[in-house]
Amino acid sequence: MERRVNIWRAVDKITIVIFLLLVILGWLNIYAAVYNEEHTKIFDFSQRYGKQMVWIITTLIFAVALLYIDNRFYFFFAYIIYGFFILLLFAVLIFGKEVYSTRAWFEIGPVSIQPSEFAKAGTALAIARYLNSKGQELTRLSVLLPATGIILLPALLIAMQPDMGTTVVYLSFFIVLFREGLSPYVFVTGILMIVLFFFTLLFNQLYVVSGLIAAGFLLSFTVARSFKTVLKGMFIFLLVGGIIYSVNHFLLKSLNINVILILSLIFSGIAFLWHIYRYKAKGVLIIYLFVLGSVLYVNIVDYLYNNALRPHQKERIEILLRIKSDPRGSGYNINQSVISIGSGGFLGKGFLRGTQTKFRFVPAQSTDFIFCTVGEEWGFVGATVVIGLYVLLLLRLLFLAERQRSAFSRIFGYGVISVLLIHFFVNIGMATGILPVIGIPLPFFSYGGSSLWGFTLLLFIFLRLDVARHEYLI
Amino acid sequence: MKDLYVNRRIIVAALIIIPAVILLARLFQIQVVETSYRISAENNVLRYVTQYPARGLIYDRNRKLLVFNQPAYDLMVIPGQVSKIDTGEFCKSLNITREYFRERMKAAASYSKRVPSIFMKQISSEIYAGFQEKLFMFPGFYVQTRTLRKYSKPIAAHVLGYVSEVDENVIKNNPYYKPGDYIGKTGIEEAYEAELRGKKGVKIFLVDVYGRVKGSYEEGRLDTAAVQGKDIVCTIDSDLQEYAETLMKNKSGSIVAIEPATGEILTLVSSPTYDPSLLVGRVRSENFAKLQADTTMPIFNRAIMASYPPGSTFKTVNGLIALQEKVISPSTIFGCNPGYLFVGCHIHESPLDLVGAIKNSCNAYFCQVFRRILENPAYKSVSDAYEQWRNYLLQFGIGRSLGSDLVNEKSGILPTVSFYDSRYGKGRWKALTVISLAIGQGEIGVSPLQMANMTAAIANRGFYYSPHIVRAIGDSMNVTRGLTEKHTIEIDTSNFEWIIKGMEEAVNGGTGATARIAAIDGITVCGKTGTAQNPHGKDHSIFIAFAPKEKPQIAIAVYVENAGFGATYAAPVARLLIEKYLKGTITNKSLEDYILNLNLMNGWREE
Repeated sequence: MERRVNIWRAVDKITIVIFLLLVILGWLNIYAAVYNEEHTKIFDFSQRYGKQMVWIITTLIFAVALLYIDNRFYFFFAYIIYGFFILLLFAVLIFGKEVYSTRAWFEIGPVSIQPSEFAKAGTALAIARYLNSKGQELTRLSVLLPATGIILLPALLIAMQPDMGTTVVYLSFFIVLFREGLSPYVFVTGILMIVLFFFTLLFNQLYVVSGLIAAGFLLSFTVARSFKTVLKGMFIFLLVGGIIYSVNHFLLKSLNINVILILSLIFSGIAFLWHIYRYKAKGVLIIYLFVLGSVLYVNIVDYLYNNALRPHQKERIEILLRIKSDPRGSGYNINQSVISIGSGGFLGKGFLRGTQTKFRFVPAQSTDFIFCTVGEEWGFVGATVVIGLYVLLLLRLLFLAERQRSAFSRIFGYGVISVLLIHFFVNIGMATGILPVIGIPLPFFSYGGSSLWGFTLLLFIFLRLDVARHEYLI
Repeated sequence: MKDLYVNRRIIVAALIIIPAVILLARLFQIQVVETSYRISAENNVLRYVTQYPARGLIYDRNRKLLVFNQPAYDLMVIPGQVSKIDTGEFCKSLNITREYFRERMKAAASYSKRVPSIFMKQISSEIYAGFQEKLFMFPGFYVQTRTLRKYSKPIAAHVLGYVSEVDENVIKNNPYYKPGDYIGKTGIEEAYEAELRGKKGVKIFLVDVYGRVKGSYEEGRLDTAAVQGKDIVCTIDSDLQEYAETLMKNKSGSIVAIEPATGEILTLVSSPTYDPSLLVGRVRSENFAKLQADTTMPIFNRAIMASYPPGSTFKTVNGLIALQEKVISPSTIFGCNPGYLFVGCHIHESPLDLVGAIKNSCNAYFCQVFRRILENPAYKSVSDAYEQWRNYLLQFGIGRSLGSDLVNEKSGILPTVSFYDSRYGKGRWKALTVISLAIGQGEIGVSPLQMANMTAAIANRGFYYSPHIVRAIGDSMNVTRGLTEKHTIEIDTSNFEWIIKGMEEAVNGGTGATARIAAIDGITVCGKTGTAQNPHGKDHSIFIAFAPKEKPQIAIAVYVENAGFGATYAAPVARLLIEKYLKGTITNKSLEDYILNLNLMNGWREE
């Protein structure tokens, strides 16, 4: 039985209020970032805040339109919408306009459209539709592989543009898979592999390996039944390491410190096996294998990066990831960004009174680095409010997702959460200098029509599904 | 359906909250705990002064310095910070008028009031020295140190390229460049821009409301140092290059010399040329406009961009293809009475075998050869045989880009079957229709670089390395970009020996040898003359050669435009250069004087 619901009564108002707040705050900060004495009118279309105003107004109309579409449309057309966006991603590689040596944009008259921003919604729909039909059987390879394929196909096409930032965003859909039953081991391994990949490229390999070994010992303390076990392990490791080091120092003289560490890890592990076997220390064994695997992985990544790639390919990756560090170990952009946020202090300098962001020294200050303006002009207080709004929005969406009766709606909701979460964390993380600079926008905040429309598409499809939450789909 | 994993919502909630807490902790650290980022007084601002790296130096193959840097000073202004300055004093110390001051200030302010713009470019060091002492009186102004190019010799302009300010297009498409930055244009400067330019750094100063620098921000902890550009060792032999340019004075044309064993370009001349220091600094744009307006086209790099018919030098390649396709043997004899049908020839002994035909440069012989190539019964049609012939030429690097590291390298002209099909109709053209290709005339165009490369391939008896201009970058001795790639031609080594024998005879043989003027005592030079018909005026004189015959060290192609026979002008030039390179001295001084004093540019101007 179909139930007629009044959309405006049933739609979740809390989400809409947070959405509106974010859009308005975003516009104010774009205005502040671009602001100068010569241009002060709100509707100055030569300026970015003027254009953004147009995007905001059109996006509101778009959002309303999305609410009026029948919720079953999203279910039945999930694959078709997905397929359509995949086609667009193919097309943009061929017909797209090249900007900063990246083919991510279609140019249609005066507007540029970035299909990768919209394809997120298509991907979320396809995953939801697929997992809805398969039940929660992601432990089976025959279900896991197609689900992974749905995620990786657009990710791969976007990586070819190449746009590393948006590619990383697509990986966040694995959070959805985790919620629907993906093995935690696979999930943690995946996250670890991504994190270690960046660490390897960013930091000295020796530090990463030493860090991993140290982390392994620390973790062992938490799972081992007695401290003595771990201390014994450490002793064996140091002993084996010492022997290998001396042998190399006096006889071989050809191994580098990194190879010595790996050999020590392997041999001390073998020496420690009897202990693990005797005391059935399964936790320690798992940690050991994790550490060993990670160390080998780090070395493989490092080796491949340094040997398999040609110098210009390496440079390209480094520029794309913007991780090419200078001799003093601090990137130019990051520095400017952290200085401007830090200079805001506790209360900030006040609206339109920021000095750092206006100097155009912070790159992409109205798009990827919009948070600098927040930090500088509104200080720690303002930044906390903005972060608070995102946390509220995400938790509210989590609540909404969990109250769905249909698995399809729930899974799609988790897709929305995953995308917003990674954008939120990575964007502010890079602006504050704790994550590498992979240029992705802050949802609803950053300048840009495609990203605003893309996020609106995600959010309002979900709100529409939520309106119909009492219905079962099939 | 039962939701098996409903508890995982807790973990997802943690995935939301933990990152948020991390971000807040980080913000607390940089905004509240650490005072270093905070600027004490409300009105104090930071000034970011870009640190420009010195551009990498360029050396010749013998590590002689060719290009280096000299300091220059740009006066920068931040209009928003300029207040109450003594304009009179300011203009006096810079030796400028008040109008100029007003005009520049207006231009700077219209760009931005807060971002620095260049007020005056490249102030001389004398003016700078005096102005620097008064700088404190002029808030909002500061001096930015830059470097400009300087050349140890006025040579190799086309090889080196030049450096100029970036245009808006580059700024739009590459975030590295900002207005006022420099970028390499043409030559090594453009091809190796990424290596040469280094990396900009930034120094952050604390500046008070009057624009006075109050010191380094945070003791320079947040500054980044500029990284100097990498040095480049190019393949040019600067002595040979200089000598070649001297020989080409008052002549229009081009010379390319290659070391056959490596593909390294020893000399690359496009004449008339210009002094590279003309395109440095404030005089650059004025001089560039002058050079561009010059009808002798000194800016045009003939060596890689011009396309000339190869003329009789092409007989070498046609002979090779015919031998490989087995349509002739080295002992095949053709007569000449003189000429062949409508293609004329000069008087020489007749009939001739292959070696004799190359030595005497017999047109009739090679018309017969070319007919046999295209009418080869092994192929279904003339088109198929032509396609195969064309395929050999492509292997020699003719009709396609050689993929060198020289920018703007052109691929020349080598018609496809469909070109002739559309001109004459499918199947309606025969060997005789395109017979002028037999002697390197007609619809064929080859750049001097391609000619030199073809000669190097003959010298190597069937292979070449992509010609390139850079030997090493930075500390490493490896040439990058895969330019040392080896290209092998599908023609047997033994076939090359006959053609090389003919080229040896052409220079060193007795009666009838066409290039005896190129002979050098003690060195076996192998060469071939050519004369290319030029629809615009007198014929172009062409000569290709390599030496010594065994283990060749230099392969050279010389073009002298509007000069006449290949033997008369191009051959002596090549001879002098080969001797200079291999022996270091010139034995035939009278020949040298003859070439040095020769002026062929008058014909040019008349056109």
